[in-house]
Amino acid sequence: MDPVSQVSGRAYPWGAKNVDTDVIIPAHWLKTTSRKGLGRGAFETVRAEPGNLFDDPRYAGAPVLVAGENFGCGSSREHAAWALADMGVKAVIAPSFSDIFSGNAFKNGIVPVVLPQEAIDRLVEVAKTDEITVDLETMTVTTAYQDRFPFELDPFRRECLMRGLDEVGITLARDTAISNYEAGVAAARPWMLAGNGHEGVAVEGSGRT
Amino acid sequence: MANPKTLYEKIWDAHVVERRDDGTCLVYIDRHLVHEVTSPQAFDALRANGRGVRRPDLTLAVPDHNLPTTARVDAAGHVLPIADPESANQLAALRSNTAEFGIRYIDATAPEQGIVHVIGPEQGFTLPGTTLVCGDSHTSAHGALGALAFGIGTSEVEHVLATQTLLLRQSKTMEVRVDGSLGYGVSPKDVILAIIGRIGAAGGTGYVIEFTGEVIRAMSVEGRLTVSNMSIEGGARAGLIAPDDTTFAYLRDRPMAPKGADWDQAVAWWRSLASDPGAAYDRTVTLDATYIAPSLTWGTSPEDVVAITGIVPDPESFADPSKRVAAQKSLDYMGLAAGTAMQDIPIEHVFIGSCTNSRIEDLRAAAAVVEGRHVADRIRQALVVPGSGLVKRQAEAEGLDRIFKEAGFQWREPGCSMCLAMNPDKVPAGERCASTSNRNFVGRQGPGSRTHLVSPAMAAAAAVTGKLTDVRELMASKS
Ligand code: SF4
Repeated sequence: MDPVSQVSGRAYPWGAKNVDTDVIIPAHWLKTTSRKGLGRGAFETVRAEPGNLFDDPRYAGAPVLVAGENFGCGSSREHAAWALADMGVKAVIAPSFSDIFSGNAFKNGIVPVVLPQEAIDRLVEVAKTDEITVDLETMTVTTAYQDRFPFELDPFRRECLMRGLDEVGITLARDTAISNYEAGVAAARPWMLAGNGHEGVAVEGSGRT
Repeated sequence: MANPKTLYEKIWDAHVVERRDDGTCLVYIDRHLVHEVTSPQAFDALRANGRGVRRPDLTLAVPDHNLPTTARVDAAGHVLPIADPESANQLAALRSNTAEFGIRYIDATAPEQGIVHVIGPEQGFTLPGTTLVCGDSHTSAHGALGALAFGIGTSEVEHVLATQTLLLRQSKTMEVRVDGSLGYGVSPKDVILAIIGRIGAAGGTGYVIEFTGEVIRAMSVEGRLTVSNMSIEGGARAGLIAPDDTTFAYLRDRPMAPKGADWDQAVAWWRSLASDPGAAYDRTVTLDATYIAPSLTWGTSPEDVVAITGIVPDPESFADPSKRVAAQKSLDYMGLAAGTAMQDIPIEHVFIGSCTNSRIEDLRAAAAVVEGRHVADRIRQALVVPGSGLVKRQAEAEGLDRIFKEAGFQWREPGCSMCLAMNPDKVPAGERCASTSNRNFVGRQGPGSRTHLVSPAMAAAAAVTGKLTDVRELMASKS
């Protein structure tokens, strides 16, 4: 993942509440086995409406999206984050995010910025004409009009974003700690191993490679 | 007690491998369910980085989302091809990925196949006190058995496959207590709809909910699964219900559950998990079940809940201006006018299924309403889709399939079906469906589809009258 320290540019002034992941990327796009190309399906139902925001040339390729409360609610599909990334969105600013979506966003280099509703209302206005800057170094959202909205980010996630870290790699380095934990459980709660179950439950192949 | 803890805190503490200085914890995952839609990119990433699956023995895979619900084998027992090449490709990828990495796999044609959240509990793969994840938001369902269970994205699927852990921060806790007892014709689905109507679609964000109170204690495991399933519709990534004798009776002798002395040891530990008296929650919400009527949704967010005896609300009646705008958009999409009685709304489709309501009790409740009646003429599609092959067999053994088929329902093979528009079962644009699923989002059941979330009995009632109906009236006229 590429490191992110600042996202600056035009912003979709949307402000809609409860934007669910079925709206961000409808289910029929989920049949892919790739992470690429999902931008074509992003906001398909919104784009079906004439005069919609996402086909407005003023915002074409905007790296910021300003939305309302509970952004990314619904399904856990990471395809929503892949679709946003594919259409060039690198930061979403909203009063709140669904827990699963914000995790998915971080893992794909998209910054989910939480700001109060008053700030959202202001940014929706500014975004109609001007650019918005999200800065991870100073943890602020700023505009050309002296607006300055501070925000917070989980320190670990901020570090992963700013250094472009791979979480799986970080955790694999903790192999000994995980093995020790497993040994402890095997001794204290041996029944935690899953039983084999019915014959219809097939196991092929050799496992750990 | 020195330091009373909640159920959530006990499970959390038992699974922390390491705590980082920044407060993030490395948390062990005991059970991982995998399906075809959210896993291919995770397996590809493992391959690309030369990584293996740490614990294939704690991982179980099954196809469900994409799979057509029509017959899977012909009369001669040959497996029928899947028409949509993209779906076929994704299903083949699950099969080859699980074979390559040595993961247990239930094939589409196996009798145990079903919706991932139905088969986990049914096989005894889901156990109290475990951490369980799946690349699917309705993993919250498994919390009904006292497992800390939540949905994850594909990058996290990869993380769990490679390390059997996740990097997480501890959540806040919310107690949702449902006191009293359920009224006539009121089901667990109505309870969870009422809860979401109360807390809102974002009310549980950042929290793990624990459902408590007499009504929850009195529910069967099937009913509890319906409630916990929809925790995510209230914004909570996980819901929990303390394991008790009802849970243990349900799990005993399940194929993957512990046996013999292991079972006794497990039950002893599970009993110790219930929240301690005096344990503190960050927030508590209480509902009196006496006031819960058979309920349904009118709009395009699961928080848009109303009693069946109610009316379509006037957007102007909402205090919050953004809610007013959202409500008007919902009504436009749903093709409804404010003030219309819910019971005057005609429907064209009925879907009884999904991980919320496709277990045996759900099918029994629907069949009890349908028996001796017929689907109304205006209904274009009425589907019953059992949650698993085992549920289907059980229902057939009880003769429920016959009741549905004689009434004009289609009796299908297990899968997600019309819950999401990803397989051939869809609601056409502009048409209306009474659905026992969990999401009424714009386009969820197909582009332009209109969804009203209801209980199985309410869906059955709507099917026979051709409109949204108070099931209590049909129940009364029968006895
Ligand atoms: S039945 Fe619906 S909600 Fe449940 S897993 Fe399938 S698609 Fe998701």
